[in-house]
Amino acid sequence: MAENIHFLSGNEAIAHGAFKAGCRVAAAYPGTPSTEILQHVAKFKDQIYCEWSVNEKVAMEVVIGASFAGARALTAMKHVGLNVAADPLMTFAYIGTNGGLVIVTADDPGMHSSQNEQDNRFFARFAKVPLFEPSDSQEAYDMTVAAYEVSERYGSPVMLRMTTRTSHSSTLVDLGDFTPQAPGERGYVKDVAKNIPVPVFARQMRVKLEERLALLRDYAESCPFNRIEAGDGHFGIITSGITYQYVKEVFPEASVLKLGFTNPLPKELIRQFAAGVERLYVVEELEPFLEEQIRAMGIPVQEYPASLRLGELNPDRIARLRAEICGETLPTPRTVPESEGLPARPPVLCAGCGHRGVFYALNRLNATVTGDIGCYSLGMFKPLYAMDTIVCMGASIGNAFGFEKAGHQGRVAAVLGDSTFFHSGLTGLLNVVYNRGITTVVVLDNRTTAMTGHQDHPGTGKTLMGETTRETTIEQAARGLGVERVRVIDPYDLEETERVLREELDAPEPSVVVAQRACVIGAKMPVTRQFSIAQEACTGCRACLRLGCPALELAETHPQHPNRRRVRINPVLCTGCGMCVQLCKFSAITETRKT
Amino acid sequence: MSNIINIALVGVGGQGTLLASQVIARAAMLSGLDVKQSEVHGMAQRGGSVVSQVRIGKKVYSPLIPNGQTDFLLSFEQLESLRYADTLAETGTALINRQLIMPVTVSSGQQPGLDDLDARLDRAFPRKILIDALKLAEELGNIRTVNMIMTGTLSTLLTLDESSWRTAIQDCAPARHVEVNQRAFTRGREVGV
Repeated sequence: MAENIHFLSGNEAIAHGAFKAGCRVAAAYPGTPSTEILQHVAKFKDQIYCEWSVNEKVAMEVVIGASFAGARALTAMKHVGLNVAADPLMTFAYIGTNGGLVIVTADDPGMHSSQNEQDNRFFARFAKVPLFEPSDSQEAYDMTVAAYEVSERYGSPVMLRMTTRTSHSSTLVDLGDFTPQAPGERGYVKDVAKNIPVPVFARQMRVKLEERLALLRDYAESCPFNRIEAGDGHFGIITSGITYQYVKEVFPEASVLKLGFTNPLPKELIRQFAAGVERLYVVEELEPFLEEQIRAMGIPVQEYPASLRLGELNPDRIARLRAEICGETLPTPRTVPESEGLPARPPVLCAGCGHRGVFYALNRLNATVTGDIGCYSLGMFKPLYAMDTIVCMGASIGNAFGFEKAGHQGRVAAVLGDSTFFHSGLTGLLNVVYNRGITTVVVLDNRTTAMTGHQDHPGTGKTLMGETTRETTIEQAARGLGVERVRVIDPYDLEETERVLREELDAPEPSVVVAQRACVIGAKMPVTRQFSIAQEACTGCRACLRLGCPALELAETHPQHPNRRRVRINPVLCTGCGMCVQLCKFSAITETRKT
Repeated sequence: MSNIINIALVGVGGQGTLLASQVIARAAMLSGLDVKQSEVHGMAQRGGSVVSQVRIGKKVYSPLIPNGQTDFLLSFEQLESLRYADTLAETGTALINRQLIMPVTVSSGQQPGLDDLDARLDRAFPRKILIDALKLAEELGNIRTVNMIMTGTLSTLLTLDESSWRTAIQDCAPARHVEVNQRAFTRGREVGV
């Protein structure tokens, strides 16, 4: 067969696999590192209906519905997203699929952009569903196609587990014959004993589930994605996922059992491999998911340094493991003294970001701020330093209410974004209304799901398929839930923002303040005006720097005050929001035309 | 360790490291080689550092370059080149764009800047090519071609066929920018030679 080779990221490869497998429905909520999966699936929108769902639970329910109806379906989420979608997953494993269902979880070892590094392989074991772990983009493609076949043959949803490194690395993929499969019409037939897990039927489903797992154990033994790569037999390494690549890099001579299908485990294959090596290691990223099961089989496994359990693995950490195992000394890593003491380059809120105005005001009001997940999380850094807590999507509202009910003295504000609000803020807000709270909720409405790359959501009026749709406004939703005090403000207007927030924080009723300013990047609006600081008028008081805007830079030392530096505005970055102008008591900042 | 060529591209978000990585990878692919590329997303548009790693060889396993094995550090910004100086092999070469983008931590006064940047660059990189890519890009009439100029210079240090590079640019660059990117690549090759 002629080669059809492409250079694809793991996420792109999954999208191609879904297309190849004849998938027809795909639903997801954005979440790094999974976001690009649905974005690439949307390129196949002539064959696959794609949507940004309101949250991961809804996405899971939508694809379950598609499976019920007989269509192959796909959902994808980051690791914490699976926590949100866990309820339907756990029970759907009992019910079983009609149309094949593939669930992609994209974990984040090392927490490049997450709040934890939970190992979602445990979810597959917990839910009792088959699990594939790709180690590169070719496997991401092949395993997605195979997963649909496994899903329909065994009647189970199938989990495909990616990590940041496999999702965002690009490797060569032979797509082979890229004509989509036509899985054949499965149709839908009413079958309450299969589809309704009331206790009398659920107990029978439970028995069938165990029978299914037994069949899957047999599949695992002969699954082409599990294979022994013979080496010199001194030690054997069992590994899966991206870690396999590091093991091959660092231990070229070792015998390796590469596992690509890891729930249920191929126990006979593992026993066979263990018997053929002198010392057995299980090398895996994050938790001892494989190791604990292998030890429970009674197979002796060498000790694994606890330090390797934390964070993302890489060839250097595996090289240190090798040095320990083989008693070798590693070459001393090169140190370059000129690299020391370099200033950090952290991510910051962009110049012109509307969130800045709200955080500035909340600081002046001495509010305790329960925060949430999004670009605005960056408001926690100095100089704004305007956030007290973050837990998970939507938690800000419940957390603020909890502070109130615990008797916390002083102002408390819940802060979350527009997409977060629709994702899981509605229930928290309704709870405040119902349980007679006075929580103030500030929704930072920048008209997009920004942090993950500017995706649409129920407030933007546009779908992933590119169609116009109804825009649900936050004000409508809040009033619909029974909140009477709903205010809409422009966060660029610092005085108005502070005044309204003060009123609402001090009001003995629930309030929702919607701070509306389109994301400067997302909106792609041309910059029509800018500002500049007249140097001779600048006293170096640095009041403007309290905004933390990256366009404001320290300039020359003040001629009369050698311990003060003036400030200037970088015209490459300035978007003309005008917030700094309002803070200057010396009228040193004036408008200029865009350069 | 083996015969893998390791290239790290570092810079600040928005400088075009991604397109450069894609072109390099595609040129390798068209030359019949195995290639893997890795990057960390998310902070690019918010002023953070970006790092992309490209590994080219007959068979590549890890998409991450083992420490100290980077053969070519393609740096689009001076501070970032220093930040990753210790990943370069003893025999490695740094191609450094003379642009300096001050981090917000410095421009806002939170952290001190560097007053000995040139001296540090000189000592940190015994083998280097310094390029004023921004100036060259301005001369070409498009400041967004800094990345392709740098890639052109890099291409003179690799053994990939020029035709692979040209096809790679054709395939990877947005259609309306192919022509200026080809010219930028040519300009970069002139610097290298």
